[in-house]
Amino acid sequence: MSDISIRNLHVNVSGKEILKGVNLDVHQGEVHALMGPNGTGKSTLAYTLMGHPNYEVTQGEAYFKGQNVLELEPDKRAHLGLFLAFQYPIAIPGVTVANFLRTAINAKRRSENPEDKGIAIPEFRRILKDKMDLLQMDHTFAGRYLNEGFSGGEKKRAEVLQMAMLQPEIAIMDETDSGLDIDALRIVSEGVNALRGPDLGVLVITHYQRILNYIKPEHVHIMLDGRIVESGGAELALHLEEHGYDWLREKAGAVT
Amino acid sequence: MSSDATTLEGIGEYKFGFSDPDTTVFKSKKGLDREIVEQISEMKGEPDWMLEFRLKALDHFTKRPMPTWGGDLSKLNLDEIYFYVKPTDNESKSWDDVPDAIKNTFDKLGIPEAERKFLAGLGAQYESEMVYHKVQDHLEKQGVIFLSIEDGLRQHPELFRQYFGTVIPIEDNKFAALNSAVWSGGSFIYIPPGVKVDLPLQAYFRLNMASIGQFERTLIIADEGSQIHYVEGCTAPIYTTDSFHSGVIEIIVKKNARVRYTTIQNWSTNVYNLVTQRAIVHEGGTMEWVDANLGSKLTMKYPSCYLIGPGAHGEILSMAFAGKGQHQDAGGKVIHFAPHTSSKITSKSISKSGGRASYRGLLKVHKEAEDVKSSVVCDALLLDENSRSDTYPYIEIDAEDVTIGHEASVSKVGEEQLFYLMSRGLSNEEATTMVVSGFIEPLVKELPMEYAIELNRLIQLQMEGSIG
Repeated sequence: MSDISIRNLHVNVSGKEILKGVNLDVHQGEVHALMGPNGTGKSTLAYTLMGHPNYEVTQGEAYFKGQNVLELEPDKRAHLGLFLAFQYPIAIPGVTVANFLRTAINAKRRSENPEDKGIAIPEFRRILKDKMDLLQMDHTFAGRYLNEGFSGGEKKRAEVLQMAMLQPEIAIMDETDSGLDIDALRIVSEGVNALRGPDLGVLVITHYQRILNYIKPEHVHIMLDGRIVESGGAELALHLEEHGYDWLREKAGAVT
Repeated sequence: MSSDATTLEGIGEYKFGFSDPDTTVFKSKKGLDREIVEQISEMKGEPDWMLEFRLKALDHFTKRPMPTWGGDLSKLNLDEIYFYVKPTDNESKSWDDVPDAIKNTFDKLGIPEAERKFLAGLGAQYESEMVYHKVQDHLEKQGVIFLSIEDGLRQHPELFRQYFGTVIPIEDNKFAALNSAVWSGGSFIYIPPGVKVDLPLQAYFRLNMASIGQFERTLIIADEGSQIHYVEGCTAPIYTTDSFHSGVIEIIVKKNARVRYTTIQNWSTNVYNLVTQRAIVHEGGTMEWVDANLGSKLTMKYPSCYLIGPGAHGEILSMAFAGKGQHQDAGGKVIHFAPHTSSKITSKSISKSGGRASYRGLLKVHKEAEDVKSSVVCDALLLDENSRSDTYPYIEIDAEDVTIGHEASVSKVGEEQLFYLMSRGLSNEEATTMVVSGFIEPLVKELPMEYAIELNRLIQLQMEGSIG
């Protein structure tokens, strides 16, 4: 079973330290929630794990399948089985969802076997249709240009569709719930739940308890000011909903 | 024979960089003078009026100064160019009759294979002469004429003389004058009234020798209500000395006819490519230029539509890819002479590894042309900091009731786009190629499937090994 183990991770953005020693383990087969107020470094953690060039790792490691993934290019991390569902997915004009997904699947297959001829088109279409049905997406979606002119809900659904197609082993979902109305949230969450299983570990990053009513986590972690200050079970999210973050700030303040 | 593929620094592999042994039957001396023009005309057995036309053009060419706008022509030494090279004694109608050395070249390029699959007719030019021309029998029976320009002149002298040089006169520009003096090869096409040719006609141009000039001349007449799609492709080996291509394409689109002319220009990066192509569009007719420029050292090319009849429509889709050491000065011109005419120019340019792509366009509306609609959209994509993109959009409006839209954008392949695609497992190169493919998608989707695949493949070749 593969886990991702983050050890003492320090990250600078534009010269400013945002992550100040994060320790976190996410196990395959489990859902972990990462909660915390705005600006505490949750998205920084997500981008850093995926390898965004603007996030400078100054200390620490993140081990996955025996490698420190922080030393790898983003595409190599993807090939290993990491996935990031973006909070703000990027538009790629002129590239259809289907064309993009097929290219991505083939890139991964070739990384495992350089001789691979790529996924057969009928097979690809069948899987794509299945996954679109799972997310209650119209099949014409496959022919649209990636994220171009997508509504907020469509973008988030497209992220989960990509996750479903690429079958990662560790998926980080960066505020996938933001901008979703209750119906869209339910559909997206059901989609994620359908992907849950022993081979998938999920790190759900969110401000709100709301999404955790649908995607039930085994573990909840709270981040404040670039560190994880509290970890617990699902009940921690409910406690937070009721009491806010102040008790944690006090507790953290008391320690430092 | 040299190797089948030559690796060019910066642009990956130029697949068509092979050359074949020189088996020409005649080669003019280098440089240009009256004697060479007379020699060409005599060897082609032309009527007197054509020789006079050529000599008049030579005179104009000699007097006219080199253009100083557009690209840098200072290194183009016309004294070092062979202006006329005859590769074989006869043009063939059967592929088997084409001389082996030449046939090998076209076989390697996949040309006869393409013909069997999806073409209505094919013409192939090697050096200065057409070596092969064939059109499907049923089209011939309907009166479609698809011949080399020389055979057009020989077999249909009146039709030929009625239109030749009427769309692009000798005086048009220095290189049109040069072409008019030394033209050789190209196609003559006539589509009778009401005949619609479903599959494209294709011409393929190949330069094989070093320091050669190719001056093909094409004349297309689409009679009333007819329809035709003509496609041309071009390749050349890579030599250390520069070669030169200067074609003239004249098209007459009669009432309610529809012509599309598609070019996939993939000359090797030592070729100067200076082409004049223009269509005159009569009432209710439609002319569409689809112009993709990937190769050459310097291209200066602005396909034009002269909309002279009410309701005529002109469209230009221009795509330029400028890699290392390349300058693509491309674009289009539309001139509205008549009322209720409409036009659309779409330009997409990509620059990388220090290449330079310029959009140069003219949109002109004459006073008599009321109720005109036109839109011009130019998008440029820069792949790195060293590359360059320029836009020179000239708009002259003398009429009042005119709707014009003009948009221009320059973008860089964004870090965020690359990161997004790479996070899904695409390499930096694959991600960049995908952004580029998406950028030109509006043009590619206008191409017949086979050409779309070819164009995408060429783009991929251009992108390969380009990211450090």
